[in-house]
Amino acid sequence: MKNIKFLILGIFFAIVLSKVQAISWYRFYEMFKFQSFHMFGIIGGAVVISAIFMQLFKYGKIKDIHGNKIVPKPKKKGFISTIFGGTLFGLGWGISGACAAPVFVILGFELIPALILLTGALLGAFFYGLISKKLPN
Amino acid sequence: MDFILQPWPWFIGGPLIAISLLLYFYFGKNFGASTNFETMCTILGADKFSDYFKKDWKDQAFALMFVVGLIIGGFIAAYYLIPNQTIDLNPQTVQELTDLGFSNVGNQYFPDEIFGQNAYTSMKGFLILIVSGILIGFGTRYAGGCTSGHAITGLSSLQLPSLLAVIGFFIGGIIATWFIIPILF
Repeated sequence: MKNIKFLILGIFFAIVLSKVQAISWYRFYEMFKFQSFHMFGIIGGAVVISAIFMQLFKYGKIKDIHGNKIVPKPKKKGFISTIFGGTLFGLGWGISGACAAPVFVILGFELIPALILLTGALLGAFFYGLISKKLPN
Repeated sequence: MDFILQPWPWFIGGPLIAISLLLYFYFGKNFGASTNFETMCTILGADKFSDYFKKDWKDQAFALMFVVGLIIGGFIAAYYLIPNQTIDLNPQTVQELTDLGFSNVGNQYFPDEIFGQNAYTSMKGFLILIVSGILIGFGTRYAGGCTSGHAITGLSSLQLPSLLAVIGFFIGGIIATWFIIPILF
């Protein structure tokens, strides 16, 4: 049961997102309409503080649980894939107000609609897997 | 206890999300959420249809445990930690959505017009959710990450692809909220 720590971290993360309203459809609508600072403050704050952690990882000030240096995996490169894939995800996010982690968190709030979203997300990932070799990067 | 039950201010969110990321990396793994869609496809048998899914899902067991935690945490938050889902929205947002025909704007986290029973049991409402889901699943896999993996992990580690992805997220989100939502409602 070495993975139990991830379960506890998942519970913590879900509670944080829920309590700061970062799973609310309205909060994302407001963000994309630039009518509130709320989500920008949350995401911006997370990025800035994470960037400090990343520097501490880079210079070995924080090592992982096994004593190894922490190196974030490089993201796959590809101009079309990241911009176009990102835009498709943004469309789904903007309409449903859900990004990936909140899809799972929302199950606790609105079970059936969240199950429909999750089914869609699995279908979407499945379609991607089927045609990924034919898509431009 | 009172603080726990109140809505938490935005400035608590960033640090607590960053601490989650820190712990995830400290536990020896790369922070992100959308790879789980792929892993779940593999478990459901997608490897019979495409080599893309021929992976040992047990390598991702830690991430699936994180997902189980997200689900449990969502239920705990919904049932015990948020007695009042009222959101302090910009009055302009409330007015706009009310004009589009949304009711009780900001009185709960999720609008009935998309998440309510009358919505998802209608053909239109069902399609809105399932198509959004497909876009989320397809888009995150094509882009190689979501808000956690690209916007937070990728931007904070100064990765250029993540900046491009986040620009894409906003292009899509802006098209959706400025143009598609007013057409749908």
